[in-house]
Amino acid sequence: MQRIEALRVVYADIESDIVVTIMGAVAVELYTLGHRKNFFYLQHAMGLASSMGLGLALSKPDKRVIVLDGDGSLLMNLGALTTLAWYAPKNLIHVVFDNQSLLSVGGFPTATSAGSDLAGIAQKSGYFETTTVHSVEDFTRAWRAARERLELSMIVAKVEAAGPKSFLMDLPLLENRFQFQRWLKEG
Amino acid sequence: MLVLQSAAVPVSVENSRIVYNGLKRSGVKIVSALPETWLIHLINMAEADPDTTLVRLAREEEGIGISAGAHLAGVRSALLMQNHGFLAAINPIVSLAFLYKIPLLMLISYRGHMGERDPWQTQGGRFTEPVLKALNIPYDYLANPKDVERQISEAQTLAESSLTPVALLLSRQLMWEA
Repeated sequence: MQRIEALRVVYADIESDIVVTIMGAVAVELYTLGHRKNFFYLQHAMGLASSMGLGLALSKPDKRVIVLDGDGSLLMNLGALTTLAWYAPKNLIHVVFDNQSLLSVGGFPTATSAGSDLAGIAQKSGYFETTTVHSVEDFTRAWRAARERLELSMIVAKVEAAGPKSFLMDLPLLENRFQFQRWLKEG
Repeated sequence: MLVLQSAAVPVSVENSRIVYNGLKRSGVKIVSALPETWLIHLINMAEADPDTTLVRLAREEEGIGISAGAHLAGVRSALLMQNHGFLAAINPIVSLAFLYKIPLLMLISYRGHMGERDPWQTQGGRFTEPVLKALNIPYDYLANPKDVERQISEAQTLAESSLTPVALLLSRQLMWEA
């Protein structure tokens, strides 16, 4: 499956959700589908999208929080899975695009290429439900189930290690940050 | 979930309460923490307070992300950590808090400074202030109980007006009774 195929499924449903992405291909591809004020692209601080998601979910319990993560980022902050599982925000869905590599910095393999199971780690950390999917059809089913479940859920989407030609976005970091904050205040 | 051995260590309950009340009066609703001896009472106070969400971290850098999310969502937060934890969180302070202009209120127990008996704490004490200075993070010492509430309030004010991290160093004089 290509990442953008899964993102298209997600994109249709997240008009009023709080969305945090990691840097790199995930950010650029979501942006390409059409930027919205409720999207925050964490362009650095690898690993902290999930922790930001926890802070947002605890602060806005009446809103849905979607974290769009990657295998490389998540591996840099695995302890966050145990913290998330402990506080278990029901309003958070954690999507991990696992291309088994650090695509934007040369494509070097990550430990998931050798079999590390991120959904398994999250499940044993205490996530309510986790699943690993390999096709758009399975992703769509898992995504819809997670939205209906309203419990801390993770979907690991195994995607091809391919991405956009450029990682540049016509959206300055601070413009994104203040726009997102304003949307949270008014939304 | 109280830590049973907390009564056995000479950490000041009275001064911990003053610090905690200062956080409350500054409107802090989320406290992220990693335990350390000097923080025992503060963490227990946050845990026991129904109006405060205590997030127990696995590692300090998570707290920078949590505070960033909380700030953008309009909720005030604070971080409780040891100076070694602060050193562990440098990258997110730089590449999340500074990069995205996120205010942080960091309360850092200043271990390894004058009077420290634990050899393993001594190196962090040497580098805490040089690192704070290198990062140009405004900081102050919490030492005198009568100044603590005002200092916390002023640190909070500066963090929010400047949209940068600020640090308050919890001193031995304030926290330790032995």
